[in-house]
Amino acid sequence: MAANTLFEKIWNSHVVRESPDQPALIYIDLHLVHEVTSPQAFEGLAKAGRKVRRPDRTFGTQDHNVPTTDRSRPIADPDSRVQIEMMRKNCRDFGIKLFDLGDREQGIVHVIGPELGLSQPGMTIVCGDSHTATHGALGALAFGIGTSEVEHVLATQCLWQARPRTMEIRVDGELRPGVTAKDLILGIIGRITTDGGTGYVIEYRGSAIAALSMEERMTVSNMSIEGGARAGMIAVDEKTIEYLRGRRYVPQGKDFDRAAERWLTFRTDEGARFDHSISFDAASFAPHVTWGTNPGMVAEVTGTVPDPSSFAEPTQRRAAELALEYMALRPGTPIQEIPIDRVFIGSCTNGRLSDLEAAAAVVKGRKVAPRVRALVVPGSQQVKAEAEKRQLDRIFIEAGFEWRESGCSMCLGMNPDILRPGERCASTSNRNFEGRQGKGGRTHLVSPAMAAAAAIAGHFVDAREWVR
Amino acid sequence: MQKFTNFTGIVAPLDRPNVDTDQIIPKQFLKAVVRSGLGKGLFYDWRNQPDSQFVVDQPRFKEANILVARANFGCGSSREHAVWALADFGFRAVIAPSFADIFHNNCLKNGLLTIMLKPDEVDAIFTAIKQHDAYTLTVDLAAQKVTDDYGWSATFPIDEFAKKCLLEGLDDIALTLQHEQAIAAYEAAHPNPYPT
Repeated sequence: MAANTLFEKIWNSHVVRESPDQPALIYIDLHLVHEVTSPQAFEGLAKAGRKVRRPDRTFGTQDHNVPTTDRSRPIADPDSRVQIEMMRKNCRDFGIKLFDLGDREQGIVHVIGPELGLSQPGMTIVCGDSHTATHGALGALAFGIGTSEVEHVLATQCLWQARPRTMEIRVDGELRPGVTAKDLILGIIGRITTDGGTGYVIEYRGSAIAALSMEERMTVSNMSIEGGARAGMIAVDEKTIEYLRGRRYVPQGKDFDRAAERWLTFRTDEGARFDHSISFDAASFAPHVTWGTNPGMVAEVTGTVPDPSSFAEPTQRRAAELALEYMALRPGTPIQEIPIDRVFIGSCTNGRLSDLEAAAAVVKGRKVAPRVRALVVPGSQQVKAEAEKRQLDRIFIEAGFEWRESGCSMCLGMNPDILRPGERCASTSNRNFEGRQGKGGRTHLVSPAMAAAAAIAGHFVDAREWVR
Repeated sequence: MQKFTNFTGIVAPLDRPNVDTDQIIPKQFLKAVVRSGLGKGLFYDWRNQPDSQFVVDQPRFKEANILVARANFGCGSSREHAVWALADFGFRAVIAPSFADIFHNNCLKNGLLTIMLKPDEVDAIFTAIKQHDAYTLTVDLAAQKVTDDYGWSATFPIDEFAKKCLLEGLDDIALTLQHEQAIAAYEAAHPNPYPT
């Protein structure tokens, strides 16, 4: 039998129709829907008199728009309220299961998919959201789509897709102590640049990837899109199986064992070939902080803000100049001397229990710096409940953090959690684009431990020196 | 989708790489529940100031319907609102050395043509815009070619299937539903994985 990559195994088993003169028609196993990128798709369906083909493979949640403060009160913003109510109506009208505000399972779509066991190895998974790559950490082919494609999947459960190329990113060896999955992926994006993965599906491989926990793997795969790749994926192993065991939507008992046996085949065969291969030494990564306005603009925490003149290529030099102007940073400034005003811990990248634990370990017994306003937003209601069971909420609150309800929150600021113009934020989210967290706001992407340490110090610090 | 027809239009220069969809249309416009009217949000944070000198607000580019930018245009969020905003504003094509994958797909679904040219060809367009007022290009999709009035031209690649869909204005859901038998056969062999 031919040696196949993980991607090829999933792709080949999902082709509904293929002909030489057009893209393949691919079957979609799981379609996740949220309130922001779906209204126009449902509207299109209704106009054409179409139904949702597989409501049993379609699940909705409310996450982008939702307030993270007291949920017993009505949503203040009328536009957000309309979108949330429309989501309810659409899910009701089309027979889709919705994890709604107030539900125990509500949360960020990329947190709840794996958490509920909806996302399973070998599946094709789509969502109208670019961070859908997250689910690839479970050995699935998962990618973001636009609203027209959302409508197409709702109507047909299929998508026309040109076969992407494959890229392996190998990370071998051991991450140095205090270097996290977030530092690893920020470092990878810095090296391959923000469009290094365009046109590719990335498989993360190697001993350093295998050593990561499932939640850490999700952090890595989540940010594939920041390197330009629509999908990232990681082979299934025993950790994947143990992560899934007992979750609500996976088979139970003997059926689980049979499923697990099949799931374990979702790994790249010995001798399979990738279109492109890159490898890194895990020990070459340090804690990272972004200094610019795209996620590829990263520096090590012990480093300095670069000088735009150090970029050889004129377009990149100009981009660095514009970024420093927006970020109000001077070349040569040590990263650790950059003061911050706000801290955001959360998002589909770093809003899981282990992320909150890592931040709490730094925060415990310390106080947030007087000038800093800091926010912890669990990725889901289940993460929140579990964190509270472990009393992490008390650690954060006693230190001066605000402890909120679950949602996307300040990652993209569609709800009231935004930066004011000129405010500088240490954020565990995934994008540092201009205005991403609020018009005129300045975002530095970091790991949960680094964000927590910055909250205490009032400026960036090397979190490795803070973990006890 | 409307059929894509050849046209000649003024080219507006946006000399930046990595123009992300958060810049093309900021978050507050994502609360829309319809596709129309998003042109008002196009490049909002760059334009929303008194006497905006942003390229599309300059008198000479006000009528532009082709945008030229640098590499990795449309990166970031999958928001199709970015494409709806460009189209609603009047753009019919975007030229760049490369496009982000999801943005590129979204464009094709909405009849907005992404024209990928080599970096030196994109340079040539930026230079030509500086040299000529109201610099225009003629876009010929069937021939996969852009041509100016001064004898310069360049060809661009496009997936044959995407080209056919654009030229014929195909509704791809209707197209897919023609394969109902194949989809139903696939489903029969692959039961729902979730407990009901």
